[in-house]
Amino acid sequence: MASLRITFRLGLKELWAVLRDPVLLGLVAYTFTIAIVTVARGVRTEVRDAAIAVVDLDQSPLSNRLVDAFLPPWFKPARAIELAEVERVMERGEATFVLLIPAGFEADLLAAREPELALLVDATAMTLAGNGAAYARAILEREIARFLGREVVPGSLPIRLEVRARFNPNLEAGRFLAVTQLVNNLTILAIVLAGAAVIREREHGTLEHLLTLPLRPVEVVAAKLWANGLLVLVAALLSLEAVVRGVLAVPLAGSPLLFAFGAAVYLLAVTALGVMLSTVATTMPRFGLLAIPVFVILNLLSGGFTPLESMPRWLQLAMQLSPTTHLVAFAQGVLFRGAGLDVLWPRILAMALIGAGFAGLALLRFRRTIAAVA
Amino acid sequence: MSARGEPAVRCQGLVHAYGRLRALDSVDLAIPAGALVGFVGPDGVGKSTLLALIAGAKRLQSGRLEVLGLDPSRRADRARLARRIAYMPQGLGRNLYPTLSVARNLAFFASLHGLEGESARRRIALLSEATGLASFLDRPAGKLSGGMKQKLALACALVHDPDLLILDEPTTGVDPLSRRRFFELLAAIRAARPAMTVLFATAYMAEAERFDRVVAIDAGRILGEGPPALLCARTGTARLDEAFVALLPPERRRDHRPAERPPRRGEENVPPVIEARGLGKRFGAFTAVDRVSFSIGRGEIFGFLGSNGCGKTTTMKMLVGLLEPSSGEAFVLGEPAGADSLAARRRIGYMSQSFSLYEELTVRQNLELHAAIYGLPRAERGRRVAEQLARFELAQVADRRPPALPLGLRQRLQLAVATLHEPEILILDEPTSGVDPIARDRFWALLIELARTRGVTIFLSTHFMDEALRCDRISLMHAGRVLAVGEPGTIAREHGQGDLETAFVELLAAAEASERAPLAPSAPTVLPEPPPEAAASAAFSPARLLAFSRREGAELLADPVRLAFALLGPIVLLLAMGFGISFDVENLRFAVLDQDRTAESRAVVRALEGSRYFEPAGEPTGSAEADRLLEAARVALVLAIPPGFGRDLVAGRQPELAVWLDGANTTRAETARGYVLGVVERALRELAPGEAGTAPFRLETRFRYNQEFRSTAAIPPGVMMMQLVMIPAMLGALAVVREKELGSIVNLYTTPATRLEFLIGKQLPYIATSLASFLSLLLIVLFVFDNRLRGDPATLALGALLFVSATTAFGLVVSAFVRSQIAAIFATAILCMIPTVNFSGMLYPVATLDAVSRAIGQSFPALYFQRIVTGVVNKGLGLDSLWPDLVTLAGFVLLFWVLAVALLPEQER
Repeated sequence: MASLRITFRLGLKELWAVLRDPVLLGLVAYTFTIAIVTVARGVRTEVRDAAIAVVDLDQSPLSNRLVDAFLPPWFKPARAIELAEVERVMERGEATFVLLIPAGFEADLLAAREPELALLVDATAMTLAGNGAAYARAILEREIARFLGREVVPGSLPIRLEVRARFNPNLEAGRFLAVTQLVNNLTILAIVLAGAAVIREREHGTLEHLLTLPLRPVEVVAAKLWANGLLVLVAALLSLEAVVRGVLAVPLAGSPLLFAFGAAVYLLAVTALGVMLSTVATTMPRFGLLAIPVFVILNLLSGGFTPLESMPRWLQLAMQLSPTTHLVAFAQGVLFRGAGLDVLWPRILAMALIGAGFAGLALLRFRRTIAAVA
Repeated sequence: MSARGEPAVRCQGLVHAYGRLRALDSVDLAIPAGALVGFVGPDGVGKSTLLALIAGAKRLQSGRLEVLGLDPSRRADRARLARRIAYMPQGLGRNLYPTLSVARNLAFFASLHGLEGESARRRIALLSEATGLASFLDRPAGKLSGGMKQKLALACALVHDPDLLILDEPTTGVDPLSRRRFFELLAAIRAARPAMTVLFATAYMAEAERFDRVVAIDAGRILGEGPPALLCARTGTARLDEAFVALLPPERRRDHRPAERPPRRGEENVPPVIEARGLGKRFGAFTAVDRVSFSIGRGEIFGFLGSNGCGKTTTMKMLVGLLEPSSGEAFVLGEPAGADSLAARRRIGYMSQSFSLYEELTVRQNLELHAAIYGLPRAERGRRVAEQLARFELAQVADRRPPALPLGLRQRLQLAVATLHEPEILILDEPTSGVDPIARDRFWALLIELARTRGVTIFLSTHFMDEALRCDRISLMHAGRVLAVGEPGTIAREHGQGDLETAFVELLAAAEASERAPLAPSAPTVLPEPPPEAAASAAFSPARLLAFSRREGAELLADPVRLAFALLGPIVLLLAMGFGISFDVENLRFAVLDQDRTAESRAVVRALEGSRYFEPAGEPTGSAEADRLLEAARVALVLAIPPGFGRDLVAGRQPELAVWLDGANTTRAETARGYVLGVVERALRELAPGEAGTAPFRLETRFRYNQEFRSTAAIPPGVMMMQLVMIPAMLGALAVVREKELGSIVNLYTTPATRLEFLIGKQLPYIATSLASFLSLLLIVLFVFDNRLRGDPATLALGALLFVSATTAFGLVVSAFVRSQIAAIFATAILCMIPTVNFSGMLYPVATLDAVSRAIGQSFPALYFQRIVTGVVNKGLGLDSLWPDLVTLAGFVLLFWVLAVALLPEQER
């Protein structure tokens, strides 16, 4: 009981230190507002606003129809370019797709000579190239069929494929990215705040001082975890309500309370990770360098950007040790699928176990590194 | 050089305020050239501020100041002054570089002043000879004892043969022997350079007695000024410390009296409360404490004396359990020292040598926090805190934070914290270091009261002889061993003809002599010629820039762990991301809701099962169950085949086939949709060959630059780009702010170095590190991820050079702007991540971004290098098509330099 009270008191000190640093607060505010809005609004994972350029050597009514067929929201209005410009446009990445319509295309088509269209795709744009090419093909097929006055395009399917995207009917990337971005920033913030707080105390000699007082290392570490975790949690929840639901108008399915609970467990795990890192990298310059690969890997490989399924098996297994993997799954479950605790409890349990592991390691190394520095 | 007789420094109406606090209140002063002038006075009265203003380290607020006939408020004059002034700030070795060797520190200061080559070497050799540092040239400055650090700092200050030497408390925290040697050194140097003016702040009144002139300062005002003898005569006192007290306004003088120690009574036979038996501590090959034994009784005041680095602090740390003894044992209050007993710690108060309370909390908050930590009953806390505030005269500053307080007040706060819980034992490591005489007397009155009336045992270390005399017993330590233990009077009689300081010096000198040749200073009678003015006067000096580079590079090399993080971190990350980020979605788990169960529907299901993209995960019985599978994220998609599918298909009625996708991850959903389409189409073609007829046209889709559509061709180059943003920016981001936090930034303020030299100089080693990183990453991109350099390697190399120059410079901008290292790390991580990962074209093509995001992407270097990397690696381009990006990157480098220079102050405010 006394131990809890001390932990609470030390944590208050921790909060106070952050709250009276305006630069730090400004960065936290930026992280949970502007940083989320710009990414959610700016980035498209679906085929949207794809840049296409057309070299029209035919200049026929049909070729004009084809050029006009590339419509928003999937494509930006097609840009007409000269043949000589093709290389430059593709090299500079000004267009991801270039359609070449050969001279006499319409005439050949009407004469059933099976003319050839060429679609050049910048395959370095992995996220867009494959899906965009499929869209372009569908658009061309439909438009040419209409031109030929046919209802069903020969070569197209004898069925109607009805695709329904659950939880996000229009597959708007902004929704997905807003939550991903929230999770990412939460991770960076928690690791850096907690880890740097320990190193700052070590560099200023206050950590050593604390250990001469009637305190246990576990109390010192626990105070860092709850205080920094709480700070980030409050910021994240505010952001979820005001920015994600408010500004970005993302409909959120599940219970905010359940999300808060899961996020709290996660934050204890990542703040523990931050403290653990601070016992490996004992000076600020080292910590800064060590933190980068850690949070980048957590953020980009935990299923928030690219699906876990497409990773090599060994990496998938390794990423099960990342609390972020479980948070991403948890957050998507609660916020999009509206899943409840009955479905998501294994994720929470996993985060708790991983967090306990980090906290244990952090404590184990804590005293040792103090003695080494002293 | 000022002619003799003309003042070296003249102040008129100098005022300097920190917020509402006036540190200097209308100071008028003239200091004659060639004099040794002492500045004395209590803590926080403005001594340091005055000296920093004269040195040009602080910006002048109001009043007139003339130094060596020049005006420090004008930039041009300040540049000329910097070559003629040397400034040693307060704090042991504060402007030195602790991880660098003695030789490197000296060489660095020499090159800052344009001293290079043979003449620099001769001068450094002479100075290190004179200071006795010659045999420690390879030792890192941080590992020197306090006295040696100060000698090194002095040698560094003298390297350019200044006309004005400004020393802010150089002897504080230094033992008597080292102090004596410091003065001998100074005297020898002054003999060789009689024209040099020396300003010398000190807390030791006895030291000030030998100065030519003394300036007594109190509360931002000058109390008196003149030769010490004259001041004494004017006040009718015998000693300078008495004269100082006499000069104080009456209300400050009121309750000052030297602390007297009443004798201990009848406590000689109590059992010891602190006992050490053969206590020893080794750090690697270095023996810090060598078989030390002592025992201290209840209520005793036990003093620990000895040169800096002799093992006093280590011994104390072992007693409070911060360090584990290598040999021997120690008992505190009957328990083994360092036992994890919280109850025992509650009975001890410890005060470490350096300030170790929270700078972000106010004085009162610090006390309140500790009251809670010590577990004082809630009801008592307020009263105890108020008591301590009153007793230690901290009430007036209760709501201020420690960084704004002078050293003496900070020490008082530390003692207030250490005694807050009324411990039975106080272990105090140099508690009065840097505290002025009056405050020390009060402090001692408190200690004596605690020991005598409450039976508190006090174990403290000190460099002050008058304090040693007030102890019941003292122990003299040297090089980890105890040289003498006993009552101070006895030791003084036996070893120093009644004088304790003499005894101390004699004992130490004898101990040193037995180890090695004595280090008596042999100051050169003739110092080498000063540097040619022209060499140092350039507005921009490549030599100074390189001096910063060499130093920063040496610091980086001295920290192999940091270097390893900088080089290995990106490699680990590239491998993980290169294998991990893939847009070739495979093994998508799917469920089938087949309500048709005909040959046709099974054919569709089989086609999906047979594809490498999909992995079957059960057949739910109804749509509700299928929904739940999606909800629990057990499957990524559900294939729903309605009843009558097979019949309608055969009849050519275009039946519906439904796919329910999990839209939570939109990237995956989009890809899955495309794959389902492809697989189903092929399956149906096989089911009904020939029916589809031929298409009226052919569409040839050519995936360019990456024909096989491999993620490993597209992703790793981008990840390499990302690494060359994050790591170099982080390296640069701590470069400046760390110096701000640790204090060596003052060398920028007071030497001829300019901000651009400082910034670019620091940047070069980081650029070199980042280029090495680039090379290692490129090799991985090429050989591990199986890519070829299709384009022009020279363009890529030039791009990388410009790019890491830009990103390290971005780090410098952050570093110049923020005040704390935490903020620097945080700002760098957050500010770099988004434009790099999201808006650079690394993951999402720039052409598809909306206007705002594209603008953000375009105002950060990442986008341009991403173009260069994919241009050269994937697209086979060269300089002819990539030059605009190179030019833009060069523009960023310049822009960031300008910003960093603008944000970096030239002087402290």
